[in-house]
Amino acid sequence: MKFGVVVFPGSNCDHDAWYAVSAILGQPAELLWHDSASVGDCDAVILPGGFAYGDYLRCGAIAKFSPVMGAVKEFARQGGLVLGICNGFQILVESGLLPGALIRNRGLKFICRPVRLRTETTACPFTSAAAEGQVLTMPIAHGEGCYYADDRTLDRLEAEDRVVFRYLDNPNGSLRDIAGIVNEGRNVLGMMPHPERASEPLMGSSDGLLVLQSMAAALVI
Amino acid sequence: MITPELIASHQLSQEEYARIVSLLDREPTYTELGIFSVMWSEHCSYKSSRLHLKKLPTRSELVVQGPGENAGIIDIGGGYAIAFKIESHNHPSFIEPFQGAATGVGGILRDIFTMGARPIAVMDSLRFGPLDDPQVGPRNRRILAGVVAGIAHYGNCFGVPTVGGECIFEPAYNGNPLVNVFALGVFKKNEIFYARASGVGNPVIYVGAKTGRDGIHGASMASAEFSEESSQKRPNVQVGDPFMEKLLLEACLEAMQTGAIVGIQDMGAAGLTCSTCEMGSRGGTGIEIDLKLVPQRETGMTPYEIMLSESQERMLLVVEKGREEEVVRVYKKWGLDAVIIGVVTGDGMLRVKDHGGTVAEIPNRALADEAPLYDRPHTTPRRDAPMEAPEFRSQNLAADLAALVSSPDLCSKRWIWEQYDHMVRTNTIQVPGGDAAIVRVKETGSSVAMALDGNGRYAHLSPREGAWLAVAECCRNLSVVGALPVAATNCLNFGNPERPEIMAQLVEAIEGMGEACRHFETPITGGNVSLYNETLGDPVFPTPVLGIVGLMKTGAPVTIDFKQPDQIVILLGGLGGCDETRFGGTEYAKVVLHRLWGLPPALDMDYEKRVQAAMREIVDRGLAASAHDLSDGGLAVALAEASFGPAGIGAELSFQSELRPEFLLFHEGPSRVLISTEWPGEVCRIAAEHGVEALRAGFTVAGKIAILNHWETLIDCEVQPLRESWAGALEAGLRG
Repeated sequence: MKFGVVVFPGSNCDHDAWYAVSAILGQPAELLWHDSASVGDCDAVILPGGFAYGDYLRCGAIAKFSPVMGAVKEFARQGGLVLGICNGFQILVESGLLPGALIRNRGLKFICRPVRLRTETTACPFTSAAAEGQVLTMPIAHGEGCYYADDRTLDRLEAEDRVVFRYLDNPNGSLRDIAGIVNEGRNVLGMMPHPERASEPLMGSSDGLLVLQSMAAALVI
Repeated sequence: MITPELIASHQLSQEEYARIVSLLDREPTYTELGIFSVMWSEHCSYKSSRLHLKKLPTRSELVVQGPGENAGIIDIGGGYAIAFKIESHNHPSFIEPFQGAATGVGGILRDIFTMGARPIAVMDSLRFGPLDDPQVGPRNRRILAGVVAGIAHYGNCFGVPTVGGECIFEPAYNGNPLVNVFALGVFKKNEIFYARASGVGNPVIYVGAKTGRDGIHGASMASAEFSEESSQKRPNVQVGDPFMEKLLLEACLEAMQTGAIVGIQDMGAAGLTCSTCEMGSRGGTGIEIDLKLVPQRETGMTPYEIMLSESQERMLLVVEKGREEEVVRVYKKWGLDAVIIGVVTGDGMLRVKDHGGTVAEIPNRALADEAPLYDRPHTTPRRDAPMEAPEFRSQNLAADLAALVSSPDLCSKRWIWEQYDHMVRTNTIQVPGGDAAIVRVKETGSSVAMALDGNGRYAHLSPREGAWLAVAECCRNLSVVGALPVAATNCLNFGNPERPEIMAQLVEAIEGMGEACRHFETPITGGNVSLYNETLGDPVFPTPVLGIVGLMKTGAPVTIDFKQPDQIVILLGGLGGCDETRFGGTEYAKVVLHRLWGLPPALDMDYEKRVQAAMREIVDRGLAASAHDLSDGGLAVALAEASFGPAGIGAELSFQSELRPEFLLFHEGPSRVLISTEWPGEVCRIAAEHGVEALRAGFTVAGKIAILNHWETLIDCEVQPLRESWAGALEAGLRG
């Protein structure tokens, strides 16, 4: 089993994700450079947080054209596990792998703080190690994390049990308190909170490790 | 032609100009005049302060690199070292708050990674005019919001956690806000890079962003007072691009791994001028560059403009001859320009060519090392506060406490630090809001604690004692979390040094800092002096800001808040002493009495050091459930802050003191720490061993704060409403 962590030039949580997988989860992880047209022999791909290409235009707007995203799309189409965290979520939305958009936070300020999330479904490879309804604490750190979609999309996400995490105290104005969603195939998760920052007690919470552990379990089976 | 007006507009005196002519043995060209003016500016040459900075201690067993390089370096063991420094960006932040603060962060980050260290923490020390100032409150609010957004913009995108700092408000900063940024990075001890050009014939390579017209004469601007026309200086402020900086960081660290880089320096203040002549001067070599090779993003730039531009996110490298390609390839990978613009020579000259002609030819040493050195006259420090205390008597001590905790200086600064990504890199063990920030070093398994401190009110009353107190408090903040203070960096923010009473403030503060740093064994390894912080003749309070780092083992941090009821509360260091004179610099005098008088709190350095040693042992033995040092606002405010944790636990404390109630509750005598513990006997035993007092002051209780003296209740209030006004005050103040 091998995790790949994509490195865009402006990724800045790449090392954190790599560290959480390799040092804490104890699984092999390698870094995937943004201009490689393949994800190699990775069994799961993480799109980490950061500012992929500076994101001065719109978060993730340029990243969707990168060679590695072509490979990630193909990987996802074949059922490969893709986890997009923060900027990674923004890139997944821009790339069309997930519906909706992430717009500026209500309040228009960057927010960095731990938030509480309710696990809305365990019927996906990212939360099988959690219990339905389980409240997890992990930090957010973003300026553009307000999840937005039209009502039909939101209704559909809910009807198909694709809302994975909801904020208990909505920090950014996300519609229907959405913090994370999966695609139709349930193999692509985008979430604004940072599970890799909540993977050991020293960082204040280990709840995020559940997401990585769930992925590892799915890959073993 | 060089006219007296031209010389004056370059902020050079006639004497300085004469010195230039004698060094060159001819009249300078226009470009050369510009080059001298920035290198000899106060900002680059430290011409007013250098003589006195020599009085600071700079060495210890752990110091790998002291002042004189881009940053100081300390050995942290395990084969690793840290580089750290604090720098001001006061003038640009007043003129253009967002970009001024952003490029302040960018500049100090480059100072760290130009040495090969990866930045792992940033902190900020901020001073603004009052948000509710009747005249300029709206402007102060805009400056604060802009500065915070600028710091957030740059640090968040770059990917360095902003882990702490301080933010204080005083009318003295109405026309001159202070933005001091501290950065710290980590690297292997045997992989340090220096800013030295050596090896005649080695190529000089320019990397990073293209050069534009932004920031020309930024260094000179930072060396003059402000007038009403200061907004016209906006074009002197640079524009930051944190994404470019991130690319530069990764590319530089990767290029260093090739082993082909001989020397490297960032282009900060005075841009290409400073980096070329300083690297040459340090290496004892000359540098010849050709301006037509310099990447430019504007057309028609003159040699003068190219040499003086302060465009951000640029570096200058000296590379081993024949290995240029290895280095250039790395920068190309990161999408950056890397262009050979010149060569190291043996003649010690900075020679600037442009399209075949020579536009400047100056000995590097003349620029970097032979700047004028001034022993400016100094008299007694400027002071406009009386020594005599006014008559006062508190009407309601609980109301005084409520006013203090919701005052701008003491209220929660969460609104600020939540805009900073303070967790990226997953090393932040103590997030902002504690006495010191703690960042672990994954590579060594140990941690680094850091704190910034400086109190302009204290320093205004006595620059020397103010500096002592800043060093003592900074070290105390580290000791409270269990870290051993080992080294310091300083940022000296003062007014116009050509005024003897301002110069006196500077001299006394530096001397005081030297005395205290010697005593606490925290040598100064670098820093920054920011003078001319005056607008229309009004100087800022003398504000020496200390950044001190401490070393500790990695573990769950001791935080300031009480954890559960029925734990014993101990006042380590005792109640301390105070009199009318020593009460005049307190937050109580400021917030409740709206006055400033007398002298700062008295410091006994020996006692302070013993308290800190005891404190570290208490933390090290795992005896403290919580610990918080007493500082601004004294005992009552420290107690309130310790009660504002998530558990909502307060405490009841009881004393038998002869201090009058206002002093007992609010005096700011140093050398004191409020501890809650399950093991009071052990704590007191350790205190006794170190020869310091440890008062068993009371016990923790749910939801309430009470302080009694001689069985009489001085304060008895609920935690919750107090906490709410503390938590929301800054945001309320920003709404105006």
